[in-house]
Amino acid sequence: MKTFVLLFFLSLSLSAYSAPHGDELFARHCSACHGKDGKGGVGVPIALASFLDSVSNEYLKKTIRHGRPGRIMPAFENLSDAQVGAIVIHIRSWSDKPVPKEDTTVIKGNVANGKKVFAGHCAQCHGEEGVGGIGTGVTFSRKRDLPIIAPALNNAGFLAAASDVMLRDTITLGREGTPMTSMLVAGLSEKDIDDVVSYVRSFEKSAAELKQTLNKNDNEPPVIVMQSPYGLEETVENLKQAITDQNFTLIRTDYLEHGLVPEGSENKKQVVLHFCNFGFLFQALSLDPRVGMFLPCRITVIEKDGKVQISTINPKRLSKLFNNHELDSYCDEMYEVYNTLLEDATL
Amino acid sequence: MKILNKYFLVLVMALISSPVLAGDLLMVRTQQSFPEAMLALQTSVKEHGYEVTRVQRIDIGLTGMGYKTDKYRVVFVGKPSEIQYLINKYPVLAAYMPPQISIFAEHGETVLVTANPLIYAEMIDEEADKVLFRRWESDVYSVFDDVRDADE
Repeated sequence: MKTFVLLFFLSLSLSAYSAPHGDELFARHCSACHGKDGKGGVGVPIALASFLDSVSNEYLKKTIRHGRPGRIMPAFENLSDAQVGAIVIHIRSWSDKPVPKEDTTVIKGNVANGKKVFAGHCAQCHGEEGVGGIGTGVTFSRKRDLPIIAPALNNAGFLAAASDVMLRDTITLGREGTPMTSMLVAGLSEKDIDDVVSYVRSFEKSAAELKQTLNKNDNEPPVIVMQSPYGLEETVENLKQAITDQNFTLIRTDYLEHGLVPEGSENKKQVVLHFCNFGFLFQALSLDPRVGMFLPCRITVIEKDGKVQISTINPKRLSKLFNNHELDSYCDEMYEVYNTLLEDATL
Repeated sequence: MKILNKYFLVLVMALISSPVLAGDLLMVRTQQSFPEAMLALQTSVKEHGYEVTRVQRIDIGLTGMGYKTDKYRVVFVGKPSEIQYLINKYPVLAAYMPPQISIFAEHGETVLVTANPLIYAEMIDEEADKVLFRRWESDVYSVFDDVRDADE
């Protein structure tokens, strides 16, 4: 009996590791961005035949493991090798073509020429120095008929996953179903293509530096807090004026307990101001539609024990949640705005 | 009693060694249209014992100002007693309460996003209260599973 109970409990644990189901893992960890059938959304489409037929399983596994630092896709470091493998098998079920083998042959081209060729043929979509297209998702930034926003090539995760040969093949053949056409057909020589590969590979140093900057706000406090020398009502009025002065629209002022308790019985000493700059909001959502969960802007004013405290979220601290380098500058800007508002209201 | 303790320890070890796959953001996609997904979200939230305290219509504000957007709402969710307890005990959390879930349309499908409640646990000291956020995290997973499974 004792042995049975022991085995039962252990099986609870072991079952989580044994025979992972790729479809379930994909649904839980990947489909929110890439779509249930891999057709894309917030994330890039991965069910494209021209993509699956040109990348190795190693590329997919490394992509899952490393993610794309600063480009939304997180690194799935907590998944076991078996789970990552199961996800890759599931992704492979969308294509019946043979799986390409990884070829790690190093291509040695001319970086200087590659830079020139890249500027003329690649930068229009992939951006100067391979920073990638701007924005993500179809809700705000991507046209409905555009299947993909050009990926960032100067990304540490991408460069760790993609081999030189994969880069060369992609440039040579293009990606059918996306705006990426065959550069061989477009007139580049095989040497030019090798040179572009070497130029892209030269991004590794700047990509590593960029990755380091993503952790710059780790020690930021979660909230911006200031004490007000004024009473609750005067502080709220000061904030309303400051919000208007900063070209934001005050949406409403209500009690923090609104909706939590019957109307009229809210704690009147806890007030929230909701406000927005719709131009700024639209730009932020275009860069990352997920950011809306901290919108519209809010400032909370609480009077407790005769002291009035103003607080708001710290956008710098939250920028880390999104793993989106493009969003960081907006978070920095909002940090300054919040500080200005709080200072103006408490001067 | 000694045997029971041993089994309890084994159970705890088994549960602890289960994979923890939490991220800072929790997301789910459903193939339901936006109205259906919104209904599924609100139904599941209530079934889990939480209140929807407000729905902020982000898209209405944007289109009113001339910006083109698909459906986009932010749903404020919480249990009154828990929110009040947390705000009174930890004013630092007031700026984040009640927790919000973004829900937006994408190509005929619908995406839901929220911050993992465990990020709030980092803002407080008392271990006993951190348990609350672990339950919230579990409930978010469950609600999101409900929304995702509603299209099957």
